[in-house]
Amino acid sequence: MVALDKSEVREGVDRETIETVKAMSGTYKYGWNTEIETEYAPKGVNEDIVRLISEKNGEPEWMTDWRLKAFRRWEQMEEPKWAMLNYPKIDYQDQYYYAKPKSMAEKPKSLDDVDPALLATYEKLGIPLKEQMILAGVEGAAETPAEGRRVAVDAVFDSVSVGTTFKEELKKAGVIFMSISEAIREHPELVKKYLGSVVPQSDNFFATLNSAVFSDGSFVYIPPGVRCPMELSTYFRINAENTGQFERTLIIADKGSYVSYLEGCTAPKRDVAQLHAAVVEIVILEDAEVKYSTVQNWFPGDAEGKGGIYNFVTKRADCREARAKVMWTQVETGSAITWKYPSCLLRGDDSQGEFYSIAIANNMQQADTGTKMTHLGKNTRSRIVSKGISAGKAQNTYRGLVSVHPKATGARNYTQCDSLLIGDKCGAHTVPYIEVKNNSSRVEHEATTSKVDDDQLFYCRSRGMDEEEAVALVVNGFCKEVLQALPMEFAMEAQSLVAISLEGSVG
Amino acid sequence: MLEIKNLHVKLEEEDKVILKGVNLTVETGKVHAIMGPNGSGKSTLSYVLSGRDGYEVTDGSAVMDGEELLEMEPEERAAAGLFLAFQYPVEIPGVGNMTFLRTAVNAQRKARGEEEMSAGEFLKFVREKAKALKIDAEMLKRPVNVGFSGGEKKRNEILQMAVLEPKMCILDETDSGLDVDAMKLVADGVNALRSEGRSFLVITHYQRLLDHIVPDVVHIMADGRIVKTGGPELALEVEKNGYADLLAEVM
Repeated sequence: MVALDKSEVREGVDRETIETVKAMSGTYKYGWNTEIETEYAPKGVNEDIVRLISEKNGEPEWMTDWRLKAFRRWEQMEEPKWAMLNYPKIDYQDQYYYAKPKSMAEKPKSLDDVDPALLATYEKLGIPLKEQMILAGVEGAAETPAEGRRVAVDAVFDSVSVGTTFKEELKKAGVIFMSISEAIREHPELVKKYLGSVVPQSDNFFATLNSAVFSDGSFVYIPPGVRCPMELSTYFRINAENTGQFERTLIIADKGSYVSYLEGCTAPKRDVAQLHAAVVEIVILEDAEVKYSTVQNWFPGDAEGKGGIYNFVTKRADCREARAKVMWTQVETGSAITWKYPSCLLRGDDSQGEFYSIAIANNMQQADTGTKMTHLGKNTRSRIVSKGISAGKAQNTYRGLVSVHPKATGARNYTQCDSLLIGDKCGAHTVPYIEVKNNSSRVEHEATTSKVDDDQLFYCRSRGMDEEEAVALVVNGFCKEVLQALPMEFAMEAQSLVAISLEGSVG
Repeated sequence: MLEIKNLHVKLEEEDKVILKGVNLTVETGKVHAIMGPNGSGKSTLSYVLSGRDGYEVTDGSAVMDGEELLEMEPEERAAAGLFLAFQYPVEIPGVGNMTFLRTAVNAQRKARGEEEMSAGEFLKFVREKAKALKIDAEMLKRPVNVGFSGGEKKRNEILQMAVLEPKMCILDETDSGLDVDAMKLVADGVNALRSEGRSFLVITHYQRLLDHIVPDVVHIMADGRIVKTGGPELALEVEKNGYADLLAEVM
């Protein structure tokens, strides 16, 4: 809540965003579904579907082959079972792997030609009108700069990137920010060089499936020495029913560059579970720095555990050269199932990885999330701050690996894992793995588990707050260190989300 | 202002009766003190009035300005103007004092249908209140009661009282755990908040607090009832002779 105080006195904060966040009320706010005509590929996945996705994206042959190689590998793999997650078996042949809003087939000339349902979607998401035009692909809309908010947005609707804002301005700075399907066509040399270099095709079951069938996602390249002039943001939304979303994000920060990247996710309420298996790869070269922040608010399923998103995500940053730096910040409030471990490969000497996480699980949600810090270079440093909150009948697991290799002399890690329980039917679990293979490194681990105390709630209530406000206040206090790591606008949204996702968790 | 009639209370979890028919009327603008030995039910009375869980009211009523308190949620009682200064103020890690206060003030305003205060407005308002109570503004930035000394915690309660502007204040053993200097500071704060429209119920074990916060009426509580009522001289009597003599006389 401290961030909230600051933001209201800070100048230049986008009022629209604040208002949108404030207006949030009720249960899952983003639970509407847009009536848009959608073009589907047939259900199921096989080599033909993989070829079709590649063809729909107008990809060159090398890309099609890359996908097929992944697909053949995937067919030999088995779904991992080690996580503390319990869900019905997923029938991978009962999903659509490609869905595209029909109106995207031809570029609209003006807003009048845009499918009004698509526009209404953006409006509900709180995206300003100017950016709605650009996202809807209105010709010429991108040339006149929008006022106020300085965040470039790439929106991915079901499987397809529907538009990227601020393209021209970014181009002037030399920054490439576009959908990955465009990048495959326009910058094949970069994509060829880096795609799969952090998360190899064969990495794990879900990443391999993603490599075969990813339909779109975002691509970022920051040239040497450039500080990206604005925050970049990708907005993911799953709309179509029975559709899996498999987006792929590739970020390359060249020597001495900096970028802050935001990712937001929502999906409509459906009583059938939906699959989401994304891959994010970040390559960070010498002296470069990347901040990657996520506010994940996929539909968590209803109170009985019906529906919701199954979120199996592979995110990894490779600090490939000396003094490279990455910071992951995540706020995970949604999804029925979360399987996610944003990781750092600290290869360059003196490189640094940080992971700040808030994972909230309420009702029947299950979260198994954490990070991997792999220390390979000398004097590499990592820091993990994880805050897990469980309410209702939810299960929340922190799973982390800190691995220090023989050559990583002088490496240091600090891990802090705090769990907060609300009620007596939920669970919190901490599973830290630590492997240290040299004797000049230092690894520290601290863990706590606490309950939201009745005395704290009564104290707040005796001062006039209702029970839900009281819980939100106490929980926001518990998460403070992580909320402070988020960019301002995200911190606002995250605070409200914390409150909303815990509604009905007491009393 | 506050009229307690025939209040009977037992513990929810076990069959133990704590209050056995309390009758008490606090007039508007007056300061009443309740004294009594340990286990007489003084703190229970303060918890029941503010709505804490764990107690069952088996009979009686507590009416504040025409409204039955016992039927209201704790937050509704607060919005109606009731304030309890805790004997043991609670720590809330990570939540700034300022944020806590603003959330409380705005929650009460909302409940009363008033407009909420903006961050800027509130900052100014709180700083003035803190200054009037000679409280360091630095205390506003710290997390609620975390790492506070005993005296700081109690002064923070008085600051909350000043900011929330209640009409009925209950002070539950506010002097416990304080040295003489700290107690005097807290008492000064309370005295600064005394006004025509505001009533106080000061619960204390010792007379010494009442040297600084001089009451209009003193009640002696024992075994779940008010057994004797008088002026400030009653407190002095307790101080001199202890509770035993007095209780032997009335029971």
